[in-house]
Amino acid sequence: MQTALTNRLEGPSFYALAGIGALISLLGLGAALYMETSGHHVTGMNNQVFWGLPHVFAIFLIVAASGVLNVASIGTVFGKKAYKSRGPLSGLLAITMLAAGLFVIMLDLGRADRLVIAMTHVNWTSVFGWNMVLYPVFFGLVGLYVWMLMDRKMYAYSKPVGVAAFIWRLVMTTGTGSIFGFVVARQAYHSAVIAPMFIIMSFAWGLAAFLLFQSAMYKWHGAELHESIRKRLNGLLGVFIAAVFYFVLVYHLTNIYYAKQTDFEQFILLSGGIFPQLFWGGFVVLGTIVPLLLLFVPSMQRSAGAGTAAALLTIVGGLCFLYVFIIGGQAYPLDMFPGMEVKSTFFDGHIDNYVPSMPEILLSVGGFGVAFLLTLIAVRVLPFMPQDDIAKLQASGALHD
Amino acid sequence: MSQPQDKSRRNFVGTAAVAGAGLGTLALAPGLHLIQVSEANTPSQGASGKVRWGMLIDTTKCASGCDACVKACNTENGINETLKDARQGSQWIRKIDLKNPKTGQEHSLPMLCQHCAHPPCVDVCPTGASMKRADGIVLVDRHTCIGCRYCMLACPYKARSLVHLPLTNQNPEVPRGQGCVESCTFCVQRVDKGLKPACVESCPEGAMLFGDLNDPASEIAQRIANEKTTQVRGDLKLNLGVRYQGI
Amino acid sequence: MKRMLVGLAAILLLAPVFATAGAPKPNVIIENPGQCIAPTAEMRVNHMKMLNHTRDRTLRQGIRGEKASLNGCIDCHASKTTGSVLGKDGFCESCHTYAAVKVDCWQCHQPKAGYKHAEAAGVKP
Repeated sequence: MQTALTNRLEGPSFYALAGIGALISLLGLGAALYMETSGHHVTGMNNQVFWGLPHVFAIFLIVAASGVLNVASIGTVFGKKAYKSRGPLSGLLAITMLAAGLFVIMLDLGRADRLVIAMTHVNWTSVFGWNMVLYPVFFGLVGLYVWMLMDRKMYAYSKPVGVAAFIWRLVMTTGTGSIFGFVVARQAYHSAVIAPMFIIMSFAWGLAAFLLFQSAMYKWHGAELHESIRKRLNGLLGVFIAAVFYFVLVYHLTNIYYAKQTDFEQFILLSGGIFPQLFWGGFVVLGTIVPLLLLFVPSMQRSAGAGTAAALLTIVGGLCFLYVFIIGGQAYPLDMFPGMEVKSTFFDGHIDNYVPSMPEILLSVGGFGVAFLLTLIAVRVLPFMPQDDIAKLQASGALHD
Repeated sequence: MSQPQDKSRRNFVGTAAVAGAGLGTLALAPGLHLIQVSEANTPSQGASGKVRWGMLIDTTKCASGCDACVKACNTENGINETLKDARQGSQWIRKIDLKNPKTGQEHSLPMLCQHCAHPPCVDVCPTGASMKRADGIVLVDRHTCIGCRYCMLACPYKARSLVHLPLTNQNPEVPRGQGCVESCTFCVQRVDKGLKPACVESCPEGAMLFGDLNDPASEIAQRIANEKTTQVRGDLKLNLGVRYQGI
Repeated sequence: MKRMLVGLAAILLLAPVFATAGAPKPNVIIENPGQCIAPTAEMRVNHMKMLNHTRDRTLRQGIRGEKASLNGCIDCHASKTTGSVLGKDGFCESCHTYAAVKVDCWQCHQPKAGYKHAEAAGVKP
């Protein structure tokens, strides 16, 4: 067993990092309070684009929270030994990122003070209503799972709980995708491919978040990730990025195939200003092509920072995709009268030019602050640092299985 | 819902209504009629499932540039706040101008909550605040609305608005406030008194007709049965309470 | 142990007495005495229950003209000087501040009596 690694992040560097995380979180909280007392007119959101930047960040965090649990699942459910020591950190990030996502989405509500009503009055035909069960059970299952992974006495029970958590996270992300998939009103949504697309996205974004935080942890501890494990994780990220691209391709191709949707696709992919720019520049180039090159071109692959850079770009690409998907989907006008030119005092037939305001930006980024702060405190208090016994893994042949 | 099913449901409701009325008469003491009960300061019976309120809008009579219905709605419902960004203001009813680019043909029409029989906003509301009364009027219960705006995403008609700022001086009969989503109520406070919605009464051309879609003798039911009417985005099969003519 | 529990119970029971002893009693002004829909004692205990039940029946079932109604309360209890049930001596606010019970009515409901219902052109009131 390699015990040379210290388990915890010590000293002033911890307080400095925690201070930064706390500051970003508090700014987000303050911004939410300001929005709540002034009303949403202080945001860039309006009655056409009513889900703005906070929803982009919150949905990213919620989807990635589900996907980040994959690392633990690969260890427990699929029995890959090299992933087992990463289970606790993966479970921890799942909890903190979901908490952060909910922090953003709850504080953006028009009536954030009515959280209790959301939990006591549930309409079961609503996908949001299901979330009142999906999220708390996810917290509970993953909490239990992390406990079992970290407590020697309970480890024997980790497999069934791990399987349950794995299934539950698939259900949860199916729910997140269905928020949009079931919406018949809009061109951008109402597609059966959205739920599976969100699941694949959760794989990629979650793993990217995991790799990013893991690499930070190794840096704090002055440790280095064993090359063969690094290669495996990077390879997996590459596969997920490619799979996401495939699903996005199918999603757009299906829309283009339906003649009535081609105007919308023309808008979102070509003529819609910021949206095609973010789609091609942000999602396709920065979020897909560059990370794939970093991960698979041999000369780049060898550099230790390639995986981290690819992970960071995957997250940037994910946020760009969601911005185009959520905001672009609303900015494009509803097509109530096909073939007609439409004008009204309520901007029917107009493409909305949503621009996020400062409070929204602070609240959105505050979500990342909350996730970071919670994770940081947890890794300081408990031994979440992955400890690999390379010799043993190698001897059993598990390093490359 | 397809037309034949709709009719059979109406017939069923009609039969049930007759049967119910018969029973009611039997159960009451001699000389005591339902009407007297309601006259003696007791609460009204409430929205009835036998009724389905609906509206028929004749766009051939609707003049472009006229917004009497919008003004009447705002006055009746106390929508008087002004926002720097007009996109953040509430619009329960708005005028839409249509132009067919190929033929040059133009239409003008008011667009409002369509009071669907199968309202997507009610389906998606996480708390059940979006609700449909027995008489088909779709409302937001602001006591349980959390302002998540999921209903705005689900509505195919852009009929819903979020109140973007604190309000004062509301019409006591039409409570509305910051952070909740709202939309046309068919002037439920008027309908419950036996009056018509403000927009319908205000229309100088008489282009808007309000009535009970379930009552075969009503003017609206007769006209829908005998004249060509359209449901906006009929492809969604939401069975709308608002029908249009001339588009 | 037993004595400790008794002591704790005594503190818990007496706490409100001590806490309220210093606070000035609210100055509740009744503008139209003797005309309430129920005796004062019942109203004190049950007014929110009555309003909650009525509001759901009115909004969801369309039942109008029930005995209890927020607008009825406001019409009768609004201060003759300010016209409102809010404000320091307002009927609702004075007591709710004293009892430290926050209500969630006034973001949507109008706290003043005598709303001038503007009539739109061509619309019967």
